[in-house]
Amino acid sequence: MFFQEKLFSSSVMKVSRRSVAILVVAMLLPVLAHAQLRIEIVDGVEGALPIAVAPFAWESDIPESATTVSEIVSANLARSGLFEPMDESDMIDHPSHPREVAFGSWRLLQVDNLVVGRVTDSADGENLEIEFHLLDVHTGRILFSRSLPIGPGDLRFGAHRVSDAVYEELTGTPGAFATRIAYVVVTGEGDDEMFELVVADADGHNPQTVVRNRQPILSPAWSPDSTKLAYVSFATGRSNVIVQDLYTGQNEVVASSPGINGAPAWSPDGTRLAVSLSRTGNLEVYSLDLESDRLTQLTQHWAIDTEPAWSADGRHIYFTSDRGGRAQIYRMDANGDNVERVSTEGRYNARASVDPQGRYVAMVHGEAGEFRIAVLDRERDQLRVLSSGRLDESPSFAPNGSMILYATREEGRSVLAAVSADGRVRQRLVLSEGDVREPAWSPLVQ
Amino acid sequence: MKTAVRIFALVLLAALVAACARDTRDDPEMEPAEPEPRTEREDVETERLDPRDFTNPRNLENPDSLLSERTIYFEFDRANIRSEYVEILEAHAAYVRANSSARVILEGHTDERGSREYNLGLGERRGNSVLDFLTANDVASRQVEVVSYGEERPVCRASNEECWERNRRVEIEYTAR
Repeated sequence: MFFQEKLFSSSVMKVSRRSVAILVVAMLLPVLAHAQLRIEIVDGVEGALPIAVAPFAWESDIPESATTVSEIVSANLARSGLFEPMDESDMIDHPSHPREVAFGSWRLLQVDNLVVGRVTDSADGENLEIEFHLLDVHTGRILFSRSLPIGPGDLRFGAHRVSDAVYEELTGTPGAFATRIAYVVVTGEGDDEMFELVVADADGHNPQTVVRNRQPILSPAWSPDSTKLAYVSFATGRSNVIVQDLYTGQNEVVASSPGINGAPAWSPDGTRLAVSLSRTGNLEVYSLDLESDRLTQLTQHWAIDTEPAWSADGRHIYFTSDRGGRAQIYRMDANGDNVERVSTEGRYNARASVDPQGRYVAMVHGEAGEFRIAVLDRERDQLRVLSSGRLDESPSFAPNGSMILYATREEGRSVLAAVSADGRVRQRLVLSEGDVREPAWSPLVQ
Repeated sequence: MKTAVRIFALVLLAALVAACARDTRDDPEMEPAEPEPRTEREDVETERLDPRDFTNPRNLENPDSLLSERTIYFEFDRANIRSEYVEILEAHAAYVRANSSARVILEGHTDERGSREYNLGLGERRGNSVLDFLTANDVASRQVEVVSYGEERPVCRASNEECWERNRRVEIEYTAR
């Protein structure tokens, strides 16, 4: 009755013998629209830090990849909105080691910091090594020197790691460039409608389809170790919560009771999945122990209780409830005790996402028929509306708290956008075709 | 008299079941087939069909009968049944009550505004409203199931009130008649 098509992309996972059969099936399927998200900076901060990333020297026998490390680092830093990297064509010199740097001339170019480095073969000859240095142009000091071993196919990832290190040193906040994002792409209409759950690098590269189906897919949620995604699938005609391992391709239905099985959210320690189920006839938030399969009901109210979101310390769960008459954000202890209302402004507040430091709660904020992304500063009890769309939804904090990724509309299409918690930096993430929605930013990859 | 109606309904039902058995749409193994040409046309003309006979399966396809109306609509963020849909729901209650083999899925839907998971809950609440109405009208709950699709299955895709009104709905789907 329903078309069920599952596809595990080969480069997301290590190909195990078990998965070969699946891959063969996958090859028979129509070619996927593996279009890539293009991320553009809309607004950056006033006085973004001037920095130069000199082209990294390539000292390996492995052929150089098309995009060099320095280009990726520059693009990452620019996209953050906090840096203003110099164009390579404006550089008068291409040093790859601190001792080659003529600081005087870089001072004349008015850059504060300079990144230099090189890519060499590792000692065993099997891998690569990125050696890189961050310099303070004004003082001529080396802020750090590091080297990073990477596999030959992981150059982009290595460049993201370099970006993370530079970003952290200069802003005091860990970078989130070496992370991934999950999102749902919807193409076609009516009988041709297709839902795809896609995972890509945080800069939009390497999009990989995790699962595709003609029935709706929603609410992807990352495991704390970034190896698994939980999501809601209607593949059977009913909603189920599925946990899929991104490396083995194995998936498991973890919630399939009568009624709704939705809104999965991993506890920070990865042992439990908060879900909302209507098995009693009414939608309630539950905690599912993934080891023992034991289910604990956390809410007990006639209202709609859904969209659980764990605090970073795992002690609290934020959730959406209309127990006060309309949807608002509430918070309870992780065992369901001490329910308190969190959102106070606005007719409608839902779908909380909590920043990793625990100070901010992002939400969908509905007022006068407009649905926007707002962030509540819990310390000051201040709500700030960050987006300006009419139908903005699905906020998801970056794991370093720097940006909030969300879904919005552009000329009738669903696209992704990102905004910093202070509203100063804005990005748009555009896909050449299809609707993109339900973004989820992965935790920091170790 | 009542017995006669029942027997008549049963005979028709049997005919329908036989017809459905040939229908391959529900068979995942087979390609969807062209709908078979209707052969009951002459029967419809010869036997007078009372559109207010809500026990008669033929009225499910009779545009003059309330039973052919299978969608009811809701106000924004509401799940209460509007008075204009009471008659339609009473007709379906009468049908399901009279046909113990009938099975119904109440598909709850919402418009696109608000968060997706909340809308799953809202769609279910709408489905439950209809379920409650039917059971209050003596329909056995085992014959009815609620499935919420939230905002995931719109019938109209523009972002305006006209479309939103059409999307805030419960569809009454007969999986067995």
